[in-house]
Amino acid sequence: MGSRTATKDIITLRGSAAIVSEFFGYSANSILYNRGVYPEESFTKVKKYGLPLLLTQDEGVKTFIANLTAQLSEWLESGKLQRVVLVIMSKATGEVLERWNFSIETDNEVLDKGVSREKSDKEIMREIQAIMRQIASSITYLPCLDEPCVFDVLAYTDTDVAVPFTWIESDPKLIANPQMVKLHSFDTKIHKVNTLVSYKNDEWDEQLAKISRSSSKKQSFSACLWRILQPTKIAIDSFTAQQ
Amino acid sequence: MDAGSVNNSSTGKTRTRCPLQEQQLLQRKSSRENLDRFIPNRSAMDFDYAHYMLTEGRKDKENPAASSPSREAYRKQLAETFNMNRTRILAFKNKPPTPVEAIPNNFSAVQQPKTAKPRRHVLQTSERTLDAPDLVDDYYLNLLDWGSSNVLAIALGNTVYLWDATDGATSELVTLDDENGPVTSVKWAPDGRHIAIGLNNSDVQLWDSTANRQLRSLKGGHQSRVGSLDWNNHILTTGGMDGQIINSDVRVRSHIVETYRGHHQEVCGLKWSASGQQLASGGNDNLLHIWDRSTASSNSPTQWLHRLEDHTAAVKALAWCPFQGNLLASGGGGSDRCIKFWNTHTGACLNSIDTGSQVCALLWNKNERELLSSHGFTQNQLTLWKYPSMVKIAELTGHTSRVLFMAQSPDGCTIASAAGDETLRFWNVFGTPEVAKPAPKANSEPFARVNRIQNRCDSTSFRLFANPTAYINCSPGATFGLAIDTLDTEKLLQERRLGHEA
Repeated sequence: MGSRTATKDIITLRGSAAIVSEFFGYSANSILYNRGVYPEESFTKVKKYGLPLLLTQDEGVKTFIANLTAQLSEWLESGKLQRVVLVIMSKATGEVLERWNFSIETDNEVLDKGVSREKSDKEIMREIQAIMRQIASSITYLPCLDEPCVFDVLAYTDTDVAVPFTWIESDPKLIANPQMVKLHSFDTKIHKVNTLVSYKNDEWDEQLAKISRSSSKKQSFSACLWRILQPTKIAIDSFTAQQ
Repeated sequence: MDAGSVNNSSTGKTRTRCPLQEQQLLQRKSSRENLDRFIPNRSAMDFDYAHYMLTEGRKDKENPAASSPSREAYRKQLAETFNMNRTRILAFKNKPPTPVEAIPNNFSAVQQPKTAKPRRHVLQTSERTLDAPDLVDDYYLNLLDWGSSNVLAIALGNTVYLWDATDGATSELVTLDDENGPVTSVKWAPDGRHIAIGLNNSDVQLWDSTANRQLRSLKGGHQSRVGSLDWNNHILTTGGMDGQIINSDVRVRSHIVETYRGHHQEVCGLKWSASGQQLASGGNDNLLHIWDRSTASSNSPTQWLHRLEDHTAAVKALAWCPFQGNLLASGGGGSDRCIKFWNTHTGACLNSIDTGSQVCALLWNKNERELLSSHGFTQNQLTLWKYPSMVKIAELTGHTSRVLFMAQSPDGCTIASAAGDETLRFWNVFGTPEVAKPAPKANSEPFARVNRIQNRCDSTSFRLFANPTAYINCSPGATFGLAIDTLDTEKLLQERRLGHEA
């Protein structure tokens, strides 16, 4: 690792697309684990981006994410992908509870002229690491998902993209009056990825806010935090150990 | 305090009007003030100004506050919604497996698909068959409709019959003479009581089915027969052989509100979306148009939102998806044989399936993601498709000629189909409704057994028709008011008398 930091790394469009789509795969896994969409037993720990991350072992989810990243990297290479949204919905009602929004800006010069850029792997990795940490820590402020949930992934593409056989058009699955939190972004010098999570206003939170105007959020979280923290405690511990 | 700041501000549009009016108010106050006791003085009150301050003034005040975070978020969301025109939002057809809690995960992957959906048995044969003599075997007409009051209307030659699905009783609504007939289209209004009838002579008649009485005749719109009809609240949209689509407001005397010109041959398919915002029209010129209600009423009355030229034969079968507002299914005629799916926001074709046979009618299942299509040569079958995979679930055969028309019962479960073999068949395709089905199972007597209801012209109804104020009584706010064109009264009554004698 030490030797690679010294040399300047050339990054191509294809390489950048691979990095970004791989990032989507890991972040989707991380969100599904941290938000408890799938049971924690179905995940195993791996080391990636200098962090211990959890990957699903459920065959269905695994193939879904594998198919997703394959298609995303194809779109990324053609510069047609504008945004990827991971939507978490209530299993019972289908109501959208959370939207994890990754918007992508593609460098047009690279697309048109095929030039490559320079940015070291380590630097990109550090930026991705920061986002992964934020995803893991987001449970501290996101409302509890105390009902069974399902997820879906939406890809926002240019209109001239031919719809692949396995895909269909969808509605944006927006949340009525969302709270939004912007997370870190990362940049491969070809693709810039901005992360934002929007979520449904917690009614319980709002009520509490009316009663005690100050620092109500912290109070309401604490109860729910402990419930969620139990399974993820190990992961967080090892995060802090890294720092 | 806020009001003062608006008035004193030297910027913005309010400057010219607001300060001037305030000055007037002050002057009046000082000149006519009564210091002794309070006597309300109407002449001293400036109601215009007060009204302005209560309504317009506040609007101006709100504008500078646009920087609030909620407003910013709203704007962002708005931008995101409007973004749809520039971007395409895609999702996998196959959704990720839903998590199963408290079950050992090892075997769940195999078991999940089975437990997720209990299989529904689709009856392959028709529930009952009724005789439909003299049904005009014409692809371009729309002679069957099932109203919200559970009454089925079918036009057989010059006569419109009503079949009450709750008790199986048949009645005749109207028989036209040969000059005006045959009937070329029927369509129930959303209230399930009034029915519009399109005629071969280019007229459209409105009937009250409970009183068995004609309410109105819409004339002068089309040049030739009216083969397609659809309602949008109190707007009746008619499509003619002349290629014109006319929106008529049935409450007012000069009924034509808009005319859409885009087809150059007969319009045979017309369907308003559930929101009432978009109209889909299909024609014999192989064109499918999407019209937007809001843009049509403004400056460009004839401009379509999308002109879709992908079909290679007449487009008659149209169906808006009940679970996704901007999804339209359309079916092409004999040389096209395709069912196509459209995103009507972007005009993008989402999918196209060659069915191998003329597509005469399309209906969505209201409860499941399924689509039913009716076909012509060679099998004359009804095909049930799974959406979006477009896997064939069932094929329902029984008709011996092309299945021209389909209608769906109000509960969405039973389908009526009328075919060129002069039969009307009922199919239980879309499952049984959640509440016990009230439809009677018994006697399947032929449709021909009709007890004719005498079409009396008594004095009370005459008074109503002759009353020149009748159309004034219908307020524009009423959800469904019918106007009566008094000029037509005499002729109308004559027609009715003639109809009886014949």
